[in-house]
Amino acid sequence: MSSAHQAGCRRNIRVKFKKIFIYLAIACCNGAGDVLLKRGMQNLGEIHLSRWTHIFNAFIDPWIILGILFLAGFFYSYLTALSWADLTYVLPATAFGYVITAFLSRVFLHETVSPWRWAGVLLITCGVGLVARGPSLTERPTKDTALGKDSAISRAKEQHELA
Amino acid sequence: MNSLKLWTAIGMLVLASSAGDVMLSAAMKRIGDLDAIRINKGLLTVIGHVVREKLFLLGLCCLIFSFFCLLTALSWGDASLVAPASASLTYICSAILAKFLLHENVDRRRWLSAALVCVGVLLLVK
Repeated sequence: MSSAHQAGCRRNIRVKFKKIFIYLAIACCNGAGDVLLKRGMQNLGEIHLSRWTHIFNAFIDPWIILGILFLAGFFYSYLTALSWADLTYVLPATAFGYVITAFLSRVFLHETVSPWRWAGVLLITCGVGLVARGPSLTERPTKDTALGKDSAISRAKEQHELA
Repeated sequence: MNSLKLWTAIGMLVLASSAGDVMLSAAMKRIGDLDAIRINKGLLTVIGHVVREKLFLLGLCCLIFSFFCLLTALSWGDASLVAPASASLTYICSAILAKFLLHENVDRRRWLSAALVCVGVLLLVK
């Protein structure tokens, strides 16, 4: 196996790893952020309009601060993903956050999750799996590839390696 | 009359949040790979690039507007209707906008995925 081929394989693995990592980061931060906010608001209790300043107490609750940090992490990973992947590739990952929320609310908040909800979780998981297996970015013809230069160069390289 | 008001708010919410997402996506493509910039020049440079991009700020305004539409819609209708209806419609609307405005290659696989996610989100409230 040539070193160029090995380097190509390593790059492919790195790109695949990056895709999985960013998908998980978006979904987990989104789901965990929501659950943490909900947990924090449980501590706070109901907020009445007549005492709306009560809401500022939320910013000293550690659960809520943690939740906001997670949601900030979600926004950062969402923007990073959008910088190298299509919007229609990244959007299902945000929906996968609902799946994480369902699991976390079952385990962490002890909420009951109905069979319909599990069916929804299953459908979202199928949708996410389907799109995640496909290409992440729409191929756009550059000037070189449009002229066939790119393929000619790579063909020449391959022949050189074979020789 | 009330349901017309509610669905107008949901429609505006869906349009604003899809438009916001499309603008964020276009803005990030203009800036380039954020991971590469962060590794080469640090996180502060990334934040500087992002904050100076006009399309990003416009997209953010759309998302903030959609959040206020959500609050308004929630005050007019049940949360169990508003939240899933708007979330699932947003997936379909974003896919349409991404195809025609961003010229993304939305093939059968992606349409099917958007539909599955849309129905899945609707089922979450049952």
